[in-house]
Amino acid sequence: MDMSYATAAVPVVAKRKRSAFARHIVAYLFISPWILGFLFFTLGPLVFSLTMSFYDWPVVGERSFVGLENYRSMLFEDPQFWESLWITVKFAAIYVPFNIVMSFLLALMLHHITFASGFFRTAFYLPSVISGVALVTIWSWIYSREYGLLNFMLSFIGIDGPNWLGDPNLAIVAIIIASLWGLGGTMLILLTGLKAIPKELYEAATVSGVPGWAQMVFITLPMLGPMLLFTFITSIISAFQQLTIALLLTKGGPLGSTYFFAMYIYDNAFKYFDMGYAAAGSWVMFIIVLLLSLGVMRWSAAWVYYEGEVRQNDGEHNA
Amino acid sequence: MAAIRIDNLRKGFGSLEVLKGINLDIADGEFVCFLGPSGCGKSTLLRSIAGLEDLDGGSIHLGERDITDVASAKRDIAMVFQNYALYPHMNVRKNLSFGLALNGMKRDEIDRRVDNAADILRIKELLARKPRQLSGGQRQRVAIGRAIVREPKLFLLDEPLSNLDAGLRVTMRVELAALHERLGVTMIYVTHDQVEAMTLSDRVVVLDKGKVSQFGTPLELFYQPANLFVAGFIGSPRMNFVTTEVTGQVGASVTLNGGGLAHPLTLEMMAAAPIAKPKSVTLGIRPDKIELVSAEEGHLVGDVRLVERLGTESHVHISLENGGDMTAVVRGTHPVSARERVHLRLAAEHCHLFDGDGQAVVRRLDAETQALINQEKAKRVA
Repeated sequence: MDMSYATAAVPVVAKRKRSAFARHIVAYLFISPWILGFLFFTLGPLVFSLTMSFYDWPVVGERSFVGLENYRSMLFEDPQFWESLWITVKFAAIYVPFNIVMSFLLALMLHHITFASGFFRTAFYLPSVISGVALVTIWSWIYSREYGLLNFMLSFIGIDGPNWLGDPNLAIVAIIIASLWGLGGTMLILLTGLKAIPKELYEAATVSGVPGWAQMVFITLPMLGPMLLFTFITSIISAFQQLTIALLLTKGGPLGSTYFFAMYIYDNAFKYFDMGYAAAGSWVMFIIVLLLSLGVMRWSAAWVYYEGEVRQNDGEHNA
Repeated sequence: MAAIRIDNLRKGFGSLEVLKGINLDIADGEFVCFLGPSGCGKSTLLRSIAGLEDLDGGSIHLGERDITDVASAKRDIAMVFQNYALYPHMNVRKNLSFGLALNGMKRDEIDRRVDNAADILRIKELLARKPRQLSGGQRQRVAIGRAIVREPKLFLLDEPLSNLDAGLRVTMRVELAALHERLGVTMIYVTHDQVEAMTLSDRVVVLDKGKVSQFGTPLELFYQPANLFVAGFIGSPRMNFVTTEVTGQVGASVTLNGGGLAHPLTLEMMAAAPIAKPKSVTLGIRPDKIELVSAEEGHLVGDVRLVERLGTESHVHISLENGGDMTAVVRGTHPVSARERVHLRLAAEHCHLFDGDGQAVVRRLDAETQALINQEKAKRVA
């Protein structure tokens, strides 16, 4: 009796195992396009560039392993590394807060207007889907000293417009303004966040006599915390990756005043063909952005509240 | 003094008129429910009193003060919202004190009020927690606490129990009644649940399509509904209606016949108001006042569609022979079954009569019921 039971049970178990395997295979097949894309276009290049950064890797010619030499010479012997990093930090320090504040104000405005809100939403978002090259073409015309729109407008109020892209002090400002042109994405995220705040919170505050400014400070901003944190980090990343606008609008000039860190990496790779050195620069940028992001994340614990989160000092959880 | 007087209040959204001239007088310390189906305007009326809606016309007085154009914060009211509206990033203490602190109240006074509210609602041990860490009932208590700390003249509660499960709703209902007793403040409570309205209120405002259909004590609404809408809305299972005709009237006695009635039925009205005859009227009777009887005794005849057995009672759904449906409530062990032909006797002393416009012809109540209604009214006045 026992034997017959045992022999009968084996195929059933085997069948179950097979069907579980088959189910998994189907699931993996479904996500395989993404997995292949990730392996070949993200993880592969990532590992490849890390390996590359330990080599003297000219585009043509012999490659040789140099260990940390690329990093050492970059940090201790290359003044251009520090200059480009400083320009990028200056840019990020102005661009990031402006990007968030202006996006927030625009989102707030779009959240409250009732007239043609769809039109304005599209109008403000549109620039962020325009290609970088087209954007730069428009801005180079706007900033043109003789024929530019900006100086033409300034002439109406009696101001002789400056040479926006030719003045070392103004060129970075011009690039910041052009970069802010694409704040539609950030605005859209914050607008979504604003729309997700229950209106009863404001009504409860209104009935309780909480003034408008306090509703903004104590309800809107805390409720937007996760979105603000997200846009803060993505703004930092995009500030450090600034390349297209500077490359096409000023080519790093005048006098290297807009020579961003990404451009420094680009030049090492495609101008000096020193791929190993450029890869090391990319990893340095990655580490800087990572550390900044981690710092912001740590700092955010003080001001970002997640609905699903229970913190240690919030008291015991009530089951 | 926190009596509320609402005169000809009107409010619309675009072309949709939601409140069509509401007139109400609510006494100081009264617990009044706004009851009605979805879309009848009860929440809009409450929000208008709160100052959260711009009115199209009419006025609102709180005591002697006209608050029609007064900002919400200055009306001396507090409101509890359906979904609690607690600030998720603030702990319970902060939720309670937030409004007070921003109105410049001193720390000592804020602490006194918060501790007092926490005592009343038994949420003292929850003060350090965030709303996320509270159960539905606890959140509701905090929301009520936020209203209590304001020490308002008027409490407005917008379906505050609708997000709770059935058991907790009963518990919170009892607690709300006790809270009203303790604070003695005027409370206006919006609900679509007639059990809540009947058990909590001193008086109920039944709203239908933006108009006050009836404003009275719970027993008045049940025993003397003013019209077909209130008669059908109050009571579960709902009142049955049969269209028939007035065939005779002697003094306050009205005789009905035809329209499906197998035998004439004589009802006693409150006064001898003449009803033109023959006139089509609607007879109303509650399901528990219908008896299943033999063919000779029955006023109506029909076939049983469904029997719902609930234990102590059974609900018998009947399709009448001359068209129309009826529900009878019989004892739980009654042997009636589906597809059976049944004869129904309507207890004349419990029948309601509505004229062609759907307005009630006031009937004479038995002494016991009348005494109960009078007692309820006397309690309200006291």
